[in-house]
Amino acid sequence: MIDIVKRRYLYFGISLLVIIPGMLALAVWGLPLAIDFKGGSLLDISFDSGTVPPPAQVTTLYAENGFRDSIVQTSGQDGMIIRSTDMTDAQRNQLVTLMEAQFNSTITVNRFESVGPSVGQEVAKRAAGAVGLAALGILLYITLAFRGVSNAYRFGVAAIIAMLHDVLVVLGVEAILAHFLHWEVDSLFLTALLTVIGFSVHDTIVVFDRIRENLYIYRKLPYETVVNHSIVQTLVRSINTQLTVMLTLFALALFGGITIRHFVVILLVGVFSGTYSSIFNASPILVVWENKEWKTWFRRKPAV
Amino acid sequence: MNRSYRLLIPIILILILAIFIDLPKSPGIHIGSYNRDFSTHLGLDLVGGLQALLEADVPPTTSVDPKDMAVAEKIVENRVNALGVSEPVVQQAGSKRIVIELPGETDPEKALAVIKQTGLLEFVDMTSLTNQEAFALVHTKINTDWVPGVSQPTQSITSTVTTPASTPELTITPSATATSTITSTIPAVLGPTFHTIMTGADLKNVGVQTTQGGGYVVAFELNSEGSQIFKDFTSAHVGQILGITLDKEVISAPSVNTPITGGKGVIEGKFTADEANTLALQLKYGSLPIPLKVITSESVGPTLGQDSLNKSLVAGVIGLTVVVLFMALYYRLPGIVADLALLCYATITFALFRLIPVTLTLPGIAGFILSVGVAVDANVLIFERLKEELRAGKSLSHAIDLGWKNAWPSIRDSNFSTLITCGILFWFGNTFGASIVKGFSLTLAIGVLVSMFTAIVVTRTFLHVVLDRINFTRHASWFGL
Repeated sequence: MIDIVKRRYLYFGISLLVIIPGMLALAVWGLPLAIDFKGGSLLDISFDSGTVPPPAQVTTLYAENGFRDSIVQTSGQDGMIIRSTDMTDAQRNQLVTLMEAQFNSTITVNRFESVGPSVGQEVAKRAAGAVGLAALGILLYITLAFRGVSNAYRFGVAAIIAMLHDVLVVLGVEAILAHFLHWEVDSLFLTALLTVIGFSVHDTIVVFDRIRENLYIYRKLPYETVVNHSIVQTLVRSINTQLTVMLTLFALALFGGITIRHFVVILLVGVFSGTYSSIFNASPILVVWENKEWKTWFRRKPAV
Repeated sequence: MNRSYRLLIPIILILILAIFIDLPKSPGIHIGSYNRDFSTHLGLDLVGGLQALLEADVPPTTSVDPKDMAVAEKIVENRVNALGVSEPVVQQAGSKRIVIELPGETDPEKALAVIKQTGLLEFVDMTSLTNQEAFALVHTKINTDWVPGVSQPTQSITSTVTTPASTPELTITPSATATSTITSTIPAVLGPTFHTIMTGADLKNVGVQTTQGGGYVVAFELNSEGSQIFKDFTSAHVGQILGITLDKEVISAPSVNTPITGGKGVIEGKFTADEANTLALQLKYGSLPIPLKVITSESVGPTLGQDSLNKSLVAGVIGLTVVVLFMALYYRLPGIVADLALLCYATITFALFRLIPVTLTLPGIAGFILSVGVAVDANVLIFERLKEELRAGKSLSHAIDLGWKNAWPSIRDSNFSTLITCGILFWFGNTFGASIVKGFSLTLAIGVLVSMFTAIVVTRTFLHVVLDRINFTRHASWFGL
């Protein structure tokens, strides 16, 4: 039988290898916030003539109309995305008319969004609250669901640690990808993050459920053996479920169109991390806790 | 009949109902006074349109009376309906916000202007009516000839006020700015069309005054144009009725006692303090009890929406096909049974989307596809247990029941934690009018619930129906063993 629990510190190390670079990227580059969270406007247009004017001219036109600090990106053959401070629909219409005149092409507005700055900050604050609330709700539920097992809260805490692992992985990957692909953190990203939280716990609970069951059946066996046995028993299920979810997500990422690609990629990363953490982190943490291994961490080299 | 088969009939009935609802041209249900049509509601990101978040324009520390918000929501809803967009959404979001969604709206600027206007207050010519007839109209909707988006009809008024309201030459011709959508969508109310003498735009000031007798009157002051119109009208119609309407609803029908020539007048009646205040507020702010401002708006062009819809449908079909193949190849016969259960799952979930109805957005479709993963997971859990029991030498029928029983706690607990997350996402989306987040959490939650139903009821029953007659020892390979 594969012994996953025995090599637990190796797997913790692998997690850190992914998380630490991500956290560094987060610290250095930060997470660029989308207008959902900081306020501002986004105008996604295409030029029907097929030729896109130089971005600098658009920036100038925006500045002349009182919108400084606009950021212009070209997208595709004839498209352009312009970000600036928030504006009314009337102001937007005026800008589009001005651009049509100056660049000699009719313009199709694909998407326009404008968010007031105060709303953005409020959304960001509530978003953090939502993540915290989700964690708390899940901790309570697991403690309740595992109330028959001794030290039920350990299961809850271990599930939350595995969940935080996935949150950190997702945040780190997002920080790295956002830097290179010019992604921004928007409410869809937040939705993906919360979904990852749900799935991470979903996965962890399936393994924990086995441990709960096996602790009853094999009372005489050492804790470590029971935990490892449970992980191995659920391994096929974990991999199969992850495979099916990831297959559908791959289909969405490849064929689903650009609008939700960011969302789907984050889900993919999160689902993978969620399965990894439920197998290699959550249950081994229970063993570490049961053995109170932290007492030996600083005395001598950990028994890897 | 075997105990395990008794659920087969309810399952088939539910399926038939679901398929009936899912039919592209579902006839709907029309029994007696119960009428229900079914259609798929597509979100703004799929059909294009406008979404905006309106906020009570009050200082941040001031709280807003929930009753006022409810009234404002109702009024905004009336105006949105008048725009003639199909399936509009008007909902309160949080304590002082209203979210509006207008799928397919192509002129967001105009739409917002109509919605935000401070109430369509009109003074209408009711001189053709007797006092009793006019009073009977209070609190009812009437037709007027004023058209939103057209400049004030002041210039053409003076010469025409004396003519009865129903003559055709009074109808104001819509100017070029008013498109046909607007003119044709003013709610059709039976009865005559009344002529609008002037609108609330000409009101300068409104307030409540007490009379010597201890009663209340509503005093108003007009700007110079309004004063002129009022002077002409009241001079010609002493003793006759001047109707006051808000968003086409008659709120008051005072008769003209004396000509009002100085631009100042009072509306008398047996008002209580509250009634007088309400009328004054209505006159002042139009029908909106609180001023609203647009804090976020998002519009999506129709081509982008259609493109996203097509792509996500293709992706969904490919994803589902891959999952179905995977299940059949890995789990063999039970996998094929699970695929059937999965089809039932998709049919029932989609029917619920149409029944509730849930507005499908791009992330909503992603949530649906993800929940397919959850549905598969429940089956995978059951089958892995089934295999274990079979390996332990249990009989097939017994193994199905045991496999299901042992898998149930983990299905329950894991799905419950997903539901908790869905609940929090829904709350978050609701507070901020982020309908995309809301749609995602709703579709995922429905998916999780239906997947639990199919795992508990459908898969188990199907397994018994298909597998009970099979001699397991002779066909172990059918089970991937």
